[in-house]
Amino acid sequence: MLAYAARRTGLGFVQVLAVAVLAFALVELLPGDAAVALAGDQPDPAAIERIRERMHLDQPALVRLADWIGGLVTGDLGASLVSGRPVADILGAALQPTLVLAVSTLVLLLPLSIGLGVAAARRRGRWPDRLITTATVGLYSVPEFALAVLLVSVFAIGLAWLPPTAVGVPSLLAEPLVLVLPLAVLLARPICSIARLVRAGMIEALGSEYVAHVRRAGVAERRVVFAHALPNALTPATAQIARTVDWLLGGVIVVESVFVIPGLGTALVDAVNARDLPVVQGIAVVFGVTTVAVNLLADLVAFRLAPRMEVAR
Amino acid sequence: MQNAPFVRRRTILGAASLAASVTGAALVAGCGADEPSTEAKTGGTLRAAFAGSGADEVLDPHRVNLFADAARAKAMFDKLADLGTDMAAVPRLAESWEADPDLTVWTVKLRKATFHDGGPVRAADVLYSYRRIADPEETFRARSDLAPIDLEASRAVDDTTVEFVLNYPLAEFPNALAAFGAYIVPEGAEDFTSPIGSGPFTFASFEPGREFTAERFADYWDGPALLDRVQIVVADEESARVNALLGGQVEYAHDLSATTARANEGNDAVGLVASPGSNMLGFAMKTDRAPFDDVRVRQAMFLLADRAELVESVLSGRGQIGNDLFGLGFEHYADAIPQREKDLEAAKALFAEAGVETITIDTADVGSGLVEAAQIFAEQIRAAGVAVELNERNADAYWSEVLTEGQIASYRSGAMPIASHISQRLLTDSPTNLTQWHHADFDEQYLQLQSTADDADRQALYDAIQQRLHDEGGYLVWGFADWIIGTLPGVHGVEQAPANTLEWARFDKVWMD
Repeated sequence: MLAYAARRTGLGFVQVLAVAVLAFALVELLPGDAAVALAGDQPDPAAIERIRERMHLDQPALVRLADWIGGLVTGDLGASLVSGRPVADILGAALQPTLVLAVSTLVLLLPLSIGLGVAAARRRGRWPDRLITTATVGLYSVPEFALAVLLVSVFAIGLAWLPPTAVGVPSLLAEPLVLVLPLAVLLARPICSIARLVRAGMIEALGSEYVAHVRRAGVAERRVVFAHALPNALTPATAQIARTVDWLLGGVIVVESVFVIPGLGTALVDAVNARDLPVVQGIAVVFGVTTVAVNLLADLVAFRLAPRMEVAR
Repeated sequence: MQNAPFVRRRTILGAASLAASVTGAALVAGCGADEPSTEAKTGGTLRAAFAGSGADEVLDPHRVNLFADAARAKAMFDKLADLGTDMAAVPRLAESWEADPDLTVWTVKLRKATFHDGGPVRAADVLYSYRRIADPEETFRARSDLAPIDLEASRAVDDTTVEFVLNYPLAEFPNALAAFGAYIVPEGAEDFTSPIGSGPFTFASFEPGREFTAERFADYWDGPALLDRVQIVVADEESARVNALLGGQVEYAHDLSATTARANEGNDAVGLVASPGSNMLGFAMKTDRAPFDDVRVRQAMFLLADRAELVESVLSGRGQIGNDLFGLGFEHYADAIPQREKDLEAAKALFAEAGVETITIDTADVGSGLVEAAQIFAEQIRAAGVAVELNERNADAYWSEVLTEGQIASYRSGAMPIASHISQRLLTDSPTNLTQWHHADFDEQYLQLQSTADDADRQALYDAIQQRLHDEGGYLVWGFADWIIGTLPGVHGVEQAPANTLEWARFDKVWMD
């Protein structure tokens, strides 16, 4: 397993670099560059040319890309074209709220979705199962932005129970109340999808030969469910959980912009709008690293849960 | 000359923000205007929500770009002059100005003012600030506004007197002193992480893309601010600013949409401050190429436009119709020129004479309502029997592209003096001559205007220039949108003023119950 992990990590580095180069190419393909974006509605050609020189955009794209890769090797992510701030600082500031949201979502998501899935499977066909199934299908079909707008209207503006946005809040952890609505939105769909996968896996496991065997051996039902059936039932859900983690770590732009949370999604949108290539590439590296790491972790977890399964290569 | 930028954060989630304003409206109907106050109170913290530019925001007042930058700079710094609500220059750090008879040497007297570190504002600080802005190696926005000044020849007569030598006569020179971003910083200032200015508030804290806080400066020359503190917070989406206001998280929300305003009319929980004439909306026709090089085609476009329909549908009625001239309500505006009325038959005849068959309109989501206006206007052109194609461009590069490309483009402009509109956009060598209006006699006329000291004579020239633009210019100005700010009840002293003018975001005059 260690050799496998090492090989995957090596491959991961190549993938991350490829993502960064692709991001560079895509932003280069967009019309206009950082100088044009900065000039905005004052597109004085002479001023744009000056800004371009100042940002060293007059150098060929390949030279700039090579410079950036050279910096990356030494651990230097470069500086923003617009403000000159180090990209690492910008990423650090944006990563913090994204991590707070992602970790709090996961802490609530895993027990809730697995619990619901198991509960539904154990009462298959009876009213709790039908209730959970109907609710999860219904909730899953509501897009994030609609849910966010609805929750803000009802709970923040209408009833005034919760703050509508996190505007001006120095840190999400300092005022946890601002987290309630964003977390509700972030949890809604993943709970549904994961609970349904766990339910399906659980139903299959509970009906399997080995569970029947364990039951015949007289093992207590609670132990049958949680120690024997659940690990197998979770295997199909791990990939979905990994996708959710990846999605959360990417900074969910809908949630960030409705609730004014300056996370990675906002940083990416700002950077693309400003054609601030070093920042875009820095964020691409972060996304690449998290995707590679999360998927590797998911494979390893799946391997641990059901060792008889072959790990995907 | 004067830049009045109108860089607006684009809506990332058009649908989301629309939905937000609709549901918000359903739950909280209604709005109340600011009641006249009894007596101004001192104290409190005002939190104001603006759109921002994320991690790239800086506090260098010469590098202002967005409204949030300008509001922050205004809290901490002063300019020599600022623009009144009618765009006439109002003295600020300058106490007075006086020109020599041929309008090429201007003597500016400074008032007694102090920087936050206790030092006086001196002529040397003014010259340092202007030279920094004009540095050819740099890219400061006000540089082109200060271009008429020969900064080598200009000098400090004494500590409180600056003598500006100009490269050519300029009757409207004080406009340059009010240029966007032409703030006075202490001599030698380069580091703006903890800025020192002479403005009504002193720096307290700043986190790019999140918040900025400044506190009352007791020794402000224009009288200390009433508020203890002003905090500018960043919320890019309009719906988020509205929600933050309705939820009591901020007391002031900048730049609200007409839809929001309509939804909250009669709502006692928010006050709306609308400034008429703030934002010009129209189309820019390229006068140097087919089909708009034919004056008949431009005139047909003027005649077919249903301005009332555009104002009603695009601005939800929150605006005024335009007369194909910039600067409605501003100093020197030619209001004697009769309002142009729709005449579809005349337009059809002109199109037929000129033989126009299709028109391609460039547009982009670079301001609220611009794409909608293009769609509605396209229908109006089709009604005159001409086929129309809409070409929606990438928003980030739009202004740069339509400067030289295309035939006719969606256009908008923030408030600025009419002279600035002409010098930036209508002279042969203007940097952003979007209508490609190149006429040596027009340039000459403008030069003459700027060399005319007598006010009445100069107004006559303004009228003549505007009459010509009205008759055959390239800007089709269909309307002027209100500039809308939302406040909580109990916030007083927020004036109606176009963005980037003196009374706009003037937090030193605001007070709260």
